[in-house]
Amino acid sequence: MLKLEGLTKTFGALAAVNDVSFEVPAGQMLGIIGRSGAGKSTLLRMINRLTEPAAGRIICGDRDVSALRGRALRLWRRECAMIFQQFNLVPRLDVLTNVLMGRLSYQPTLRSLLKLFTPEERALAVVTLERVEMAASFLQRADQLSGGQQQRVAIARALVQEPRIILADEPIASLDPRSAARVMDILRSINRDDGMTVICNLHTIDTARSYCDRVIGMRAGRVVFDGLPSALDRERINNIYAAEGADEDIDENITSTALPVGTDRDRIGHAVTAA
Amino acid sequence: MSSQASAAIARFEEEFARLRRRQRIQLLVFAAILLALFFGAAEVSNFRLDRLLAGLPRIGEYIGKTLPEIRINSFFGDIAYWYYGFFRWLGLLLDTLLIALMALLFGSVGGFLLSFPASRNLSGNVVVYFICRRLAEIARTVPEIVYALIFVVAFGIGPLAGFLALSVHAVGAMGKLYAEANENIDERQLEGIRAAGGNWFEMIRFAVLPQVLPNFMTYTLWRLELNIRSAAIVGFVGAGGIGQELYTAISFNYYEDVSAIVLMVVLTIMIIDLVCERLRHKIIGKDNLQ
Repeated sequence: MLKLEGLTKTFGALAAVNDVSFEVPAGQMLGIIGRSGAGKSTLLRMINRLTEPAAGRIICGDRDVSALRGRALRLWRRECAMIFQQFNLVPRLDVLTNVLMGRLSYQPTLRSLLKLFTPEERALAVVTLERVEMAASFLQRADQLSGGQQQRVAIARALVQEPRIILADEPIASLDPRSAARVMDILRSINRDDGMTVICNLHTIDTARSYCDRVIGMRAGRVVFDGLPSALDRERINNIYAAEGADEDIDENITSTALPVGTDRDRIGHAVTAA
Repeated sequence: MSSQASAAIARFEEEFARLRRRQRIQLLVFAAILLALFFGAAEVSNFRLDRLLAGLPRIGEYIGKTLPEIRINSFFGDIAYWYYGFFRWLGLLLDTLLIALMALLFGSVGGFLLSFPASRNLSGNVVVYFICRRLAEIARTVPEIVYALIFVVAFGIGPLAGFLALSVHAVGAMGKLYAEANENIDERQLEGIRAAGGNWFEMIRFAVLPQVLPNFMTYTLWRLELNIRSAAIVGFVGAGGIGQELYTAISFNYYEDVSAIVLMVVLTIMIIDLVCERLRHKIIGKDNLQ
């Protein structure tokens, strides 16, 4: 179980994340939604300590994650793998090497620097690539792949870390609808079949509805909704997405990246049943 | 409504004119300062057109004196007379090349190691960054010839002093160049490795090096050309190689030796330049293709 207590991050006078507390039980698929700048990314980056919290604590089991340093911190990062909006692969390295980056902390630095990975690790990387259907291009350079393919390689990199938690920071925001659906399907399979906790920043309500067990809505650095996707009604959505003080309705379709299937009415119906 | 709009436009125009005025005044002030500096510099450096014109013919005069006498009917004999020291000079030229190459090796390895702690985005420690930056600065701002003088006094006349002088300078210069390449990398790749649990060395190896190595290689080749010129120059203060011989020829007024040696140096540098350019284009070209 992962527990956040009063997590806060300030940039100058602006509180990007303001006193956020919640718990994530192991094996949950949690979606965090909110407008750009609501603090979703900062929150996720604090969990694996790419960003240092200004205040508050992160607890995992009986460990105070927010106090970890050095090797213990690196092992924590291995344990909660991160998937980025821009994939963050190394474009000049081949796919296999990119995936093997997830194994760096499993072996002595000198072996890593010489790219001396064991045959078992290479096999693990290839099997994992197979799972995301990228094994065929394992020798291609990462910059020769499409966005969706790069994201799948990035997921493979995260998986070979053999993590317990996957943090996905807007994993589908740079992808076309079809690739996006594929990436979300993989994330759901990781959650359902492997029992990994998945915390996923999304800016589309329908994706959160279709894939997540639980949704947290953030506005201006604070949690303003925490509950089942089915509890997200018009009023609550407005509360999450509306600009400060403005009183306008949010059209769910505006934030949608779903594949157009049939009429609008069909689509909404589909999303609701899926949720 | 329209009067409100025109009032807004008038306010905007007023503000715009005020900003433009300020920009123009700034530009004029800068131009005045630059002009003053220019004339000040001309005064201090004694730059006067009449002196320049008076001196010009003397350049030709000196060059004329160094030119050998070569006649058609005794062409080979004259060449052999001019280049009586050819093989000795060739050896010395080789010394100079070796000084340059060794210093390049030392400078690129040293600069490579120095460049990572001297990069703002990679150093991770402000104190380490500051110290490494200043070290590189000191190493490269003191001219090579000054280092050469110091090392000639310390280690005696010869190539060792030249090699050391060039090495120290190259470590500083290349450390700075490499560090600047490091600071221009795409940080997302760094973050990708860090998020996967990689440590500092692994980040350098897998996120930084793939991005900067092509730059490092072109900088290194460029430095080789520079090093060869510098290796010839430091010879003037006794730091070995062809420069030492050239200095002797100049100070003892062995006019024809001067032209013979200079010609050899120029040809060598031309050849090296051509080879380096080919290599550099190969590296850049290959990278662009991929």
